[in-house]
Amino acid sequence: MRKVQLLIVGAGPAGLSAGIEAARAGVQVTIIDENLRPGGQLFKQIHKFFGSRVHNAGVRGFRIGEKLLQDTKDLGVEVLLGYPVYGIFPGGEVVYGTADGAHQMKAEKIILATGANENNLYFEGSTLPGVMTAGAAQTMINLHHVLPGKRVIMVGSGNVGLIVSYQLLQAGAKVEAVVEAAPSIGGYGVHAGKLKRAGVPFYLSHTVRRAMGSTEVEAVELVELDHFKPVPGTEKIIEADTVCMAVGLTPMTELASLCGCELVESRGLGGLVPAHDHNMCTTNPDVYIAGDISGVEEASTAMEEGRLAGTAAAESLGYISEAEAAEKKAEIHRRLDLLRSGQFGAKRAEAKAEIEKSFAQMQRGGEVG
Amino acid sequence: MGEDRRVAEHPILEDLREPDTYILYDGKRIPAITGEPVAAALLAAGVRIMRHTTKTGQPRGIFCGIGRCNDCKMIVDGVPGVRTCVTPVREGMVVETQEGLGEWRDLV
Ligand SMILES: Cc1cc2nc3c(=O)[nH]c(=O)nc-3n(C[C@H](O)[C@H](O)[C@H](O)COP(=O)(O)OP(=O)(O)OC[C@H]3O[C@@H](n4cnc5c(N)ncnc54)[C@H](O)[C@@H]3O)c2cc1C
Ligand code: FES
Repeated sequence: MRKVQLLIVGAGPAGLSAGIEAARAGVQVTIIDENLRPGGQLFKQIHKFFGSRVHNAGVRGFRIGEKLLQDTKDLGVEVLLGYPVYGIFPGGEVVYGTADGAHQMKAEKIILATGANENNLYFEGSTLPGVMTAGAAQTMINLHHVLPGKRVIMVGSGNVGLIVSYQLLQAGAKVEAVVEAAPSIGGYGVHAGKLKRAGVPFYLSHTVRRAMGSTEVEAVELVELDHFKPVPGTEKIIEADTVCMAVGLTPMTELASLCGCELVESRGLGGLVPAHDHNMCTTNPDVYIAGDISGVEEASTAMEEGRLAGTAAAESLGYISEAEAAEKKAEIHRRLDLLRSGQFGAKRAEAKAEIEKSFAQMQRGGEVG
Repeated sequence: MGEDRRVAEHPILEDLREPDTYILYDGKRIPAITGEPVAAALLAAGVRIMRHTTKTGQPRGIFCGIGRCNDCKMIVDGVPGVRTCVTPVREGMVVETQEGLGEWRDLV
């Protein structure tokens, strides 16, 4: 069986950053992704990032992705594309698929950076062609340059819903409505402001009751909500050919469960996540995580977490000294703290601290038991 | 069908490409770009129904766009159950709407 020192599953911003960091320290790194294109969600993100210079503010997502890819090339990181990882077994045996069947390799250390899955909503007609996730629409317009439809209803006003709505406008579609069940907009004011200026109507305290059409979406019925309960008589029908759902993400933890990482519920960060310490190590000491799998945040935090996991893995493989690693990790944490500040960030910081607390409890429990 | 849904102008995207090849969709020639997902070429031509379900024959189309949900399966070059959102276009590919689980077809 083929042996590798460090295997990273997922070539999104988290996985690529982890690989770069570990390779810089001298670790032999292999990154594997089921996608034919590396970059994960980054290559769909054509808007400029916020924050400070160290966080690539003002740089568009896909440009950041190109830089990461170039760095992996320069450092000689092996990137295997089009290969889904099906399972990981005790001792670091990894099973993955290629065009000619299943293969195995063995890894000393593993970093899981598999990202998150998009959540769905169920309503009458939600399986009609034309109903899709916001990510599907974003992939079609920004990667493949094809409009999924011309008149779109966006369900969900978090940042994904707002950003994808704006990108649909940029691609030439009309956004007929942004529908939000809560009484207020979920995402950043700047993103919402751009849509409002473009004349996109917001339906707050509303939801989709059904998508109508014989073979494809032709119209959508909305209903007003009072404390999340439909108010009879408030139904309205809007003509549209596409419904996009941007109703949250759930960390993809299957592989982590398979390799024995204990999970913990994090309400603020998307649901069950592998418990992890301050340096992204899970309850399986050979397995680290980074990015959305460890709690759904954003690309900038995913990259910093990747660097953290890459540093920790390099340290445990003996490529950097404890002192050097401590310095690096402290620096990364300073940047993470900046990213996790402010109105939205502080909540994420709290949720992360909770996860680390659970991890510590599990470790103590393990020692006692 | 028949209308082109390719993004023609864009404030940020630069590498907008024109079709350089074609695929056969239920016997009809549809312009396509080599390497783009089959589903993108179909969407561009206004085709959004990829298959019908086994028991009730309901239509299904692109849902996740990244190979995870299986809604976009079609019969491609005689092979049923191919996820068109992650299958790159090759010249002259034969793509058919899938009924239920579909049937294997011998193309030669
Ligand atoms: C529609 C959408 C829009 C978003 N927009 C923004 C935005 O504008 N700004 C922002 O900051 N964040 C955005 N996000 C959040 C985004 O998830 C994070 O920014 C970031 O991409 C997370 O990085 P990651 O590396 O953890 O995961 P991803 O970028 O999702 O990468 C994970 C990779 O792992 C691979 N993978 C998963 N499982 C396997 C397996 N079993 N075998 C092999 N490979 C596997 C996947 O193919 C993927 O390439 C958006 C998310 C979505 C879904
Ligand atoms: S659209 Fe989900 S697998 Fe293709």
